[in-house]
Amino acid sequence: MSDSQGPMWEVFVQKKSGQPFVHCGSVHAFDGEMALQNARDLYTRRGEGMALWVAPSAAIVSSSPEDIGSFFDPANDKIFRHPTFYQIPDGVGHM
Amino acid sequence: MNFEEVFEAKLAKNEFIEPKDWMPDNYRKHLIRQISQHAHSEVVGMLPEGNWISRAPSLRAKLVLLAKVQDEGGHGLYLYTAAETLGISRDEMIDALLTGKAKYSSIFNYPTLTWADVGAIGWLVDGAAIMNQVMLQRTSYGPYSRAMVRICKEESFHQRQGYEIMTHLSFGTPEQKEMAQDAMNRWWFPTLMMFGPPDVESPNSDNALKWRIKRESNDQLRQRFVNQTVIQAEYLGLTIPDPKLKWNESKKGYDYGDPDWSEFKNVIKGNGICNKQRLADRNKAHREGEWVRAAAAAYADKQKHVQAA
Repeated sequence: MSDSQGPMWEVFVQKKSGQPFVHCGSVHAFDGEMALQNARDLYTRRGEGMALWVAPSAAIVSSSPEDIGSFFDPANDKIFRHPTFYQIPDGVGHM
Repeated sequence: MNFEEVFEAKLAKNEFIEPKDWMPDNYRKHLIRQISQHAHSEVVGMLPEGNWISRAPSLRAKLVLLAKVQDEGGHGLYLYTAAETLGISRDEMIDALLTGKAKYSSIFNYPTLTWADVGAIGWLVDGAAIMNQVMLQRTSYGPYSRAMVRICKEESFHQRQGYEIMTHLSFGTPEQKEMAQDAMNRWWFPTLMMFGPPDVESPNSDNALKWRIKRESNDQLRQRFVNQTVIQAEYLGLTIPDPKLKWNESKKGYDYGDPDWSEFKNVIKGNGICNKQRLADRNKAHREGEWVRAAAAAYADKQKHVQAA
């Protein structure tokens, strides 16, 4: 949504190096640099992050809630993808 | 299942509703009203405290107050973006605030006459806000809930800094103690009003509870706040200005006197001590920021042309 505030950007924060970037909220800004600065002022006032990503909200593609069943269905009946599906004999150590 | 049944089933399972989920129009409207009012309250809430930034009694106090007021602005922004996910624009919300169409918490229409008021706001007003916001962390709308989680983390600093100010004054000179008591006398009942009208006459509560936007009633939250605050006032040696305040063993809580609800209604109608000043100050700040918005828009326009060329 664009108004006098500029378009919306989604903000992702990496808490510590090596960790994944996690979505934390949104900001308005007129370009990427301004979005980064706004995100820093808004979401990392207390050392919440070591790195930031911003992406235009309009560029995010998401799954739709109506299709949730059929969309994720292929994963639902494949319990053999989980390690606990398999029986391992005692006495072979940690596996 | 139809859309409505899916929605109801999610609420029944304590799941969150997300922006792209189907939701009843009235749920959307209720949230837009509540979240935008909440955002406006944070933003207008900067004004009574901002009054003391230039007159804070020490450099430390000034730094802390600046940080706190900045947090309130940040809370407003978290909430505005949460409301925007429901399909209302930032401009529409700001316009509603500036024209007086939208409401904000009536507490910010009371004046901050002394430095002790800054302490009382942190301790009592933010304390009451936390009581409400802790509950709202589990509200049914995902973006609102996530904004509340962030806000609650930061509010705890606000309440503690307020109580620290009250401690310094209450254990200071007799004049300072008197100042603290005077602030307590003026802020106690307006703070109790923050939880909203009594359950029996709260117009918006039914739907809010049904939809799990709110998880507890106005009176439940108010009672919890009173129970928690009495011991804190006792430590300071301050008297809560309510002759009806009394421990009730059977309910394991305090009985307390009602705030003056006619005053509450009057302040909401726009007749509080500071309603006009707050709105005028907000409008002035917005006008004075016009050149920043114009410059940013001109810059964005220029970038588009640069990219097109």
